[in-house]
Amino acid sequence: MKAAILIQGWYRRYMARLEMRRRYTWSIFQSIEYAGEQDQLQLSSFFSFMLDNFTHLNGSGPDLISQLLDPVVDPWLGRETCYELIPVAESYSGPRISFPLSVSHTNSLVNAFKEHQTLHARYALQLLWETKKLLKQMPNIVHMSTSYAKEITICGDLHGHLDDLLLIFYKNGLPSAETPYVFNGDFVDRGKQSTEVVLILFAYLLLYPNHMHLNRGNHEDHIMNLRYGFTKEVMQKYKTHGREILQLFQDVFSLLPIATVIDSKVLIVHGGISDQTDLDFLNSIERQKVHRTNIGPHYRRAVPRKRHRGLSRQDSGSSSSSSSSSSSSSLCSSRTPSCLSPRPCSSPPPPTVPFSVDGLQVPFLDSLASLPPPSPPRVEREWKQMVDVLWSDPKPQDGCTPNTFRGGGCYYGPDVTQRLLRHHGYQLLIRSHECKQEGYEICHGGNVITIFSASNYYEEGSNRGAYVKLGQDLLPRFYQYQVSRTTRKLTLTQRVRAAEGSALRALQEKLFSHRSELLTGFLPFDHNNTGFVSVSEWAQVLETVLRLDLPWRTLRPHLARLAPDGSVEYLSCFDYMGPGLHLPQVTPNLAETLVRYRTDLELIFNIIDKDHSGLISLDEFRHTWRLFSGHLGVALDDGAIDALARSIDFNKDGSIDFTEFLEAFRVVHKLDKDH
Amino acid sequence: MLFPSALGPEILVTGVHKRINDAFQVFDHDLNKTVDVREIGAIVRSLGCFPTEAELLDIIDEVEEPNGFICFERFLPTMSKILMENKFRPIPEDTLLKAFEVLDQQKKGHLEPNELTEYMRQGDEPFTQLEMEEMLSSAVEPDSNLIYYKDFVNMMVLDGER
Repeated sequence: MKAAILIQGWYRRYMARLEMRRRYTWSIFQSIEYAGEQDQLQLSSFFSFMLDNFTHLNGSGPDLISQLLDPVVDPWLGRETCYELIPVAESYSGPRISFPLSVSHTNSLVNAFKEHQTLHARYALQLLWETKKLLKQMPNIVHMSTSYAKEITICGDLHGHLDDLLLIFYKNGLPSAETPYVFNGDFVDRGKQSTEVVLILFAYLLLYPNHMHLNRGNHEDHIMNLRYGFTKEVMQKYKTHGREILQLFQDVFSLLPIATVIDSKVLIVHGGISDQTDLDFLNSIERQKVHRTNIGPHYRRAVPRKRHRGLSRQDSGSSSSSSSSSSSSSLCSSRTPSCLSPRPCSSPPPPTVPFSVDGLQVPFLDSLASLPPPSPPRVEREWKQMVDVLWSDPKPQDGCTPNTFRGGGCYYGPDVTQRLLRHHGYQLLIRSHECKQEGYEICHGGNVITIFSASNYYEEGSNRGAYVKLGQDLLPRFYQYQVSRTTRKLTLTQRVRAAEGSALRALQEKLFSHRSELLTGFLPFDHNNTGFVSVSEWAQVLETVLRLDLPWRTLRPHLARLAPDGSVEYLSCFDYMGPGLHLPQVTPNLAETLVRYRTDLELIFNIIDKDHSGLISLDEFRHTWRLFSGHLGVALDDGAIDALARSIDFNKDGSIDFTEFLEAFRVVHKLDKDH
Repeated sequence: MLFPSALGPEILVTGVHKRINDAFQVFDHDLNKTVDVREIGAIVRSLGCFPTEAELLDIIDEVEEPNGFICFERFLPTMSKILMENKFRPIPEDTLLKAFEVLDQQKKGHLEPNELTEYMRQGDEPFTQLEMEEMLSSAVEPDSNLIYYKDFVNMMVLDGER
């Protein structure tokens, strides 16, 4: 008996430790994820800056940037029936579909994707065309009623997790008049099967336009797709027509409705609201035309709040203030797209402009040649209204504050929710946008539900997915699930251990990529250069530099060694990196730069590489370098850039791939040293 | 084992406060110095204490706010006292192994899942269904469907150390 009680006690303490590890693992993932979103926004504000200033000074500016950022508009795409020109080989064994779609088509599509088949480019294009046509007729805010079906199912972020989507369909039934669905944005990016997920959703939208509704998320966006994987995925799956397909995806994404309202009582929108949110106004805008407005000064100057972990990243490198993205004053002006310059495509559909609500505006440079007048306030307002509903997160305290953690949107308190609900006579706000361990979360006294449908989002075992069903009583019922890829169910211990390991690796990488700033930070605490600081000092420096709001002291044993006297040997927190990095003979500084900017660089590379061939020309490379060397704080004159371009084209084929592109940084560091 | 005993009492207090703060912070999602009352067990136990469920309820009674939350300011003095006075002192690892050996009456080196379940369902604070399932899922060696408790004890001890 006593033995049993002892074991119980021990086991309960063991589980508590495990729970603690699970929690901080979660915090690490979340902090790092949001810090990434911030980087993304900084980069885009850099582009705006270049547009607003640099281009005025440098005659070649507009041209140059337009070459880089103007999307390829293919006149071929303007033609309604372009896809008909694409032959489907006899040998093609994947699904064949025709329009209008029937249940057998959607079934064959779902089954084909289960079998890892790909939908032929011809059909994919046709499906997207039909979706585009349909979406054009949809209002910004779609109204649904529970009176036609007993229950409506609402799903949150899927992020390319096809297995989760299939599991939902398996548990809850395929979409139909009897089983209507609302998918609340973020269908794509991060997951490996974004294409399949979004094509299935579009197919059901076409099949049941009144029973299937898709809200736009912050990832239904061209620039987000460049960074978070969807663009790459499409190009890999569609080697020949990827470009056209991506272009159409952009159009379709910009046409997705913004919100859904059930029974005039329940508002469903991807991120949420702000104290400025005006649903009537949102309903009146031409959603596909809200684009290329700038980030308002409001966002750039946001005052850091306690909860906001990832304040603006300190760009140690950007010493040249002339092109630093932090210069907020330059970001105030917005532009409207100009219709002055002729486009190659003169067909009726509006120019295919990637609409970027998240502030990741792709500047439309065809209009730059004739610099348009500053935009009317309405354009700015439209943009802000869109950003707020797609990017915001709820917070427990009253009030509305800028979401500096993510870098866009806001945090809204229970009072903000209450006011909006009351104003419209609504009783509930359902939103997604944040991963939750249980797949859902209720906050604001039951007024707000977060629903997230991608299980194992951060890591195998990190979280459950969920969907919520509303009947006529409008009382939410939650259904949770978790996709399991392994045959043998992992134990809690194993799941926690795996997730913890990958979270810590991500964190170690983060430390490494901020090595010099951290070392500078340790200096005042270590006058005599002993290499040791106290645990408190160590934690303080990490927090000041990285601003991730993590329980550093708890994480310390995983990140740095202690000396016998209890002080931290701070250099040891960079020990973990190295073997995993394939950067032979690189100076530590450079390795740091590469690790730190790799995603930025990849994004820039992808933008330059307009046809997504994986290669850019030497000329494009030269132009680009001039642009962002300022952003990264590496000053180079034209001669040096030319030398650089020549030197990195190792195989002398006149073009540069991403590896060579990265290599450029190594060469630059050498040049820097020589000076 | 918790802190070097050579240090003076003031340093001891600061050290204890820091440890409590660290553990509390992990569960303080909104970073507003409050945690849900349901987290308190995990916080107390991850600080190395072995309270019973009943003792845990006593702690909660002492510090809980009316809204179901625990504030750090109220939790800190209570928890400091617990740690300073070394209440709920840790049960040594070898005792844990011995406890399993007591249950393994025939000294086979292993237990059957239903044996273990029966034992864990005993006492004033028997395992819940959920706790039992979770324990079995990590304790049972899948191929033999047996609990080799020595391995299990090692796992608990090692993972607890980190």
